Amino acid sequence: MKKFLIAAAFTLPLSSLSAQPLPELTVYTYDSFVSDWGPGPQIKTAFEAECGCTLKFVVAGDGAALLSRLRLEGARSDADVVLGLDNALMEQARDLGLFAPLAAAPQNLALPVAWEDDIFVPYDWGYLAFIYDNTKLSELPNSFAALADSDLSILIQDPRASTPGLGLALWVKAAYGDGAADIWQGLSDNIVTVTKGWSESYGMFLEGEADLVLSYTTSPAYHLIAEQDAGKSALEFSEGHYMQIEVAAKLASSDQAALADEFMAFITTDAFQQVIPETNWMYPVTDIPLPDGFSSLIQPDPVAGALFIPDAARKAAVDEWVRALSR
Amino acid sequence: MSGAGKAFGIGALLVVALLVLAPVVALLARAETSSLSVSAWPAIRFTLLQASLSALISVALAIPLARALSRRRFFGRGVMVSLLGAPFLLPSIVAVLSLLAIWGRSGVVSDGLARLGLGGLDIYGLSGVLLAHVFFNLPLATRMILQGWQAVPSEHFRLAAMLDLAPRARFALLDMPVLRGAVPSALLVVFMLCMSSFAVVLALGGGPKASTIELAIYQALRFEFDLGGAAQLAMVQLGFGLIAAMLAFRFAKVASFGGGLGAMVQDFDPRRWPRWLDAGVLILAALFVGLPLGAILIKGLGGLFSGMAAGLLGAWLVSLGIALVSTALALMLALALAFWIDLEARGDRIELFVLLLLAASPFVIGTGLFILINPFFSPFRLALPITALVNAALSLPLMLRILRPAMARARENHGRIADGLGLRGRARFCHITLPQIRPELGFATGLAAALSMGDLGVITLFAPPDMQTLPLMMYRQMGSYQMDAAAGTALILVASSFGLFYLFDKGGRYAGA
Repeated sequence: MKKFLIAAAFTLPLSSLSAQPLPELTVYTYDSFVSDWGPGPQIKTAFEAECGCTLKFVVAGDGAALLSRLRLEGARSDADVVLGLDNALMEQARDLGLFAPLAAAPQNLALPVAWEDDIFVPYDWGYLAFIYDNTKLSELPNSFAALADSDLSILIQDPRASTPGLGLALWVKAAYGDGAADIWQGLSDNIVTVTKGWSESYGMFLEGEADLVLSYTTSPAYHLIAEQDAGKSALEFSEGHYMQIEVAAKLASSDQAALADEFMAFITTDAFQQVIPETNWMYPVTDIPLPDGFSSLIQPDPVAGALFIPDAARKAAVDEWVRALSR
Repeated sequence: MSGAGKAFGIGALLVVALLVLAPVVALLARAETSSLSVSAWPAIRFTLLQASLSALISVALAIPLARALSRRRFFGRGVMVSLLGAPFLLPSIVAVLSLLAIWGRSGVVSDGLARLGLGGLDIYGLSGVLLAHVFFNLPLATRMILQGWQAVPSEHFRLAAMLDLAPRARFALLDMPVLRGAVPSALLVVFMLCMSSFAVVLALGGGPKASTIELAIYQALRFEFDLGGAAQLAMVQLGFGLIAAMLAFRFAKVASFGGGLGAMVQDFDPRRWPRWLDAGVLILAALFVGLPLGAILIKGLGGLFSGMAAGLLGAWLVSLGIALVSTALALMLALALAFWIDLEARGDRIELFVLLLLAASPFVIGTGLFILINPFFSPFRLALPITALVNAALSLPLMLRILRPAMARARENHGRIADGLGLRGRARFCHITLPQIRPELGFATGLAAALSMGDLGVITLFAPPDMQTLPLMMYRQMGSYQMDAAAGTALILVASSFGLFYLFDKGGRYAGA
């Protein structure tokens, strides 16, 4: 065991030093993407089978943290591709000038919204929604206003620290505009607590700490497919739902530009897309058949005006959230 | 004092400076703009409020508990003293979920109340934050105060009993000096630890009213990439840490009882204090600490029985390796510092500086080091050494706070005879100091080992993807809906941390204290 330990301690940091016979593409992404249960391992196998290269995922935080990491590293970054930004961050990311234009427009896209962008390629998407236990709850609110009037308890994430939390703040802002602060005040007695990340609040919800938790419309599919549990459902809101589109981009400083282009094109192929539903529990961006459990999910409309958010509007929505709930 | 010892001490101090000051300077140097936003003020206010209350409540409750533990001998006492180390070692998310299993809206207590026809509990808000912080820190404060009582030579208790001292006189002569030495120290440590808490505060605080400086730092670094703002907030936090430490040092007075024969500590005066009162305190404390730990055990066993995750063994080995290396490093640094400053006239000032590490934000340390290292090496290549070093350094203030009074005691009791014998340097350390500080050394080393096993703060910035530690694995599982598997991993993590703590702590206490 001791030998193993010493070996483990030494091979890990040194492995990146050893000579690589194949070119290496470095992709920065978030934790759950590369975990054993995420899409990472299958996508690595599939891409390596056709690229004659080594695909190396590097965990560098999710969403905004990923962007901060790239800014911190600047042009010295090892990253060739970043995978894990989303539509809420695109405008901010674009302004940094760190990314290179796409070599070719993505093929086969079938998103529920029109998509045209010369830098970012979408790789999956989902609607935010409140999830509930359908064996316990029967009277269901169908809007934020109705939710605020009800005495249902909810768990949400902090927009200052979490991607879905930020999405919720933008969702309410898009749906209610100047009335957003009133909605938040109305919701304040429904909110049990606000957590740092999705894992904490989802874990607390499963322990029975609240009636509803902020997650994705696809969450019930996980319980149905992986746990054969049909007891979770998503609430459908008449305002429309916030759509989170996760995107990838190629770094301007990449020293593997051709390989990076190849990977960007690979994102919208079936080999990549078919992995997404049952590992990332999100919708694919192309028109491929979905697993059975997905047909039972709600199919809401996207809320208008929350797709691409200028940086200043994002900050304003977060500040408004803090002020309304701090009163 | 040999020159080599002093050189080691100064080296340790440089490591501390590298982690307290260098990251803040690095952030300021890279900052484009810097403005302390107005929204930081409520966060500063709440941080100070919750940290002060957490410290006061934890220590107020720790005093009767430590008193009961020091004067009673009962079956399971050793296990209980060790288990007191456990809550402190829990990763925040595990602690939150285990506390909610007992105190939450559908926890054990709420269920019981509902069965009696009463309403459920709602702990969210300041009360939830305080509950969690007392759960974390009451045991730590108890151990720190208990060490104080156990340092009283048993001859004093015997004498007090023989003289049949009135309770008031006994308190003034024996208990008061102990408390005077240990309480400010415990208050300070708990205050500093709670000041930089943030995931727990947010999860149980019920909303943005319960925001801390640490959250503002996290937001500034992650979301806004406002390096200057983060550096300013970090300086505010360090400033409050400095003030707290100066206050504590002003009021603390290390108890001086003179030497004894080092016989087992036995209190001869339990008659005057009703037995049932101590029993009550001990039982309540055991339940308060034990029930959430039991919840972790039950959930974790469930998770492990439903399937062991692949890679668990590898992650365990990496975590264990990091913990052992960090511990060795922390032990060397702490002993070098303690040995050095024990003989320094400016010892307090040096320790004050080391204590600032408790108020340093792990995010600032991580980002600052990243900025410093990135121009020269790929930070990923240094992931393991950096993690080990930072973990070691972060346990340093606690170790030093525990070791320093013991060092002073050893010097007071046996310094003169050692001088008389001409013992210096290593011989003096091995034959005079070490046997005297053994219990404190075991406790401090145990804390360092367990803390480095569970730490996550810094490694996330540096960890290469193929490196899996137990805490990283647990968070990855939670992020992929694998809550049961994560509970299993959490149990392995907690059990291993506690196992390490127990081994070291027990090793120190074997003499029977």
